[in-house]
Amino acid sequence: MQIDMKQPILDKNDRLAQENRALFAEKRVFVLDLLASPGSGKTSTILATIEALRDEFNIAVIEGDIASDVDAKRIGAQGIAAVQINTGGACHLESDMIRRAVDALDLDNLDLIIVENVGNLVCPTDFDLGEGAKVMILSVPEGDDKPLKYPGVFQASEAIILNKVDTMSVFNFDEKAFRDEVAQLNPKAPIFPIAATKGEGVDAWANWLRDRIHALQQA
Amino acid sequence: MHELGMVTGVVESVRQAAEANHADKVLKVSLSVGEMTEAIEDALTFAYEAITDNDPLFSGSKLDITMVPPKSRCVECGHEFTHDRFHVMCPECGGFADLIEGKELRIDSIEVDIPDENEE
Repeated sequence: MQIDMKQPILDKNDRLAQENRALFAEKRVFVLDLLASPGSGKTSTILATIEALRDEFNIAVIEGDIASDVDAKRIGAQGIAAVQINTGGACHLESDMIRRAVDALDLDNLDLIIVENVGNLVCPTDFDLGEGAKVMILSVPEGDDKPLKYPGVFQASEAIILNKVDTMSVFNFDEKAFRDEVAQLNPKAPIFPIAATKGEGVDAWANWLRDRIHALQQA
Repeated sequence: MHELGMVTGVVESVRQAAEANHADKVLKVSLSVGEMTEAIEDALTFAYEAITDNDPLFSGSKLDITMVPPKSRCVECGHEFTHDRFHVMCPECGGFADLIEGKELRIDSIEVDIPDENEE
């Protein structure tokens, strides 16, 4: 006998993600899911973003790592609430982990939660967390050909941050080739070249994020 | 490696559906997987075999995966077209397009054996 199921494989994750999304809409909190490779400068980019927006918004950070709390400590040292999730080997965050993490945060007094996903360009792209937007970081030393190797993450991201642009000449990074590849894969996504540790280019990225936060809060 | 987690969810969902229908054997599980997802067919099959090994409900069952190629609809001219992973602009007018197929991660159906009630 055949039984029709027509059920999403990630049914449980997707249902919890929708609950998260409804909760964040009700609380008027914009949640940013940040995807990138290990060592691309996720935490430095988060710190630069906090610096640009902390006078206007109340911000918290959820740090996803396989182990350790070094990132949460770096964020916490800046006086920003940081919750560490240790996935214990899992290669991505799931919506139930986000739900548990936000229980430790005061959603009524937050405007922005930045989720630093596990460093990985593959697995996190398939998992809805209930976020307002997925955004990725590619760092210059990773190479301009990454859109060809990891198309999924470039397509899942609403904006693309190109970090460490101050090292472009050292790594022979071809920015035009990179932009052409992204334009084919995801023509709607803006690209923000930044050097997070020097604060370069962060304003344009912060403006994009500010507009998204305002759009949610005025909805 | 996230295929293992996906298949764990599939097996649990199938088990619930099979038990709800009083089935004693799962024969086939049919999935649709979009080519625009990060799930790899071979890794799903490997995970399925690893997870269902030594599970009487699933022994001898087959995982049938239909890979769904990407298809988009142009937001400018309405043209619908299939494409590869890397070229998503409308071939007719060059406009932006919305993906309408290719992101599926879905359990379509299962085939099960249900013991005849008269024999019980």
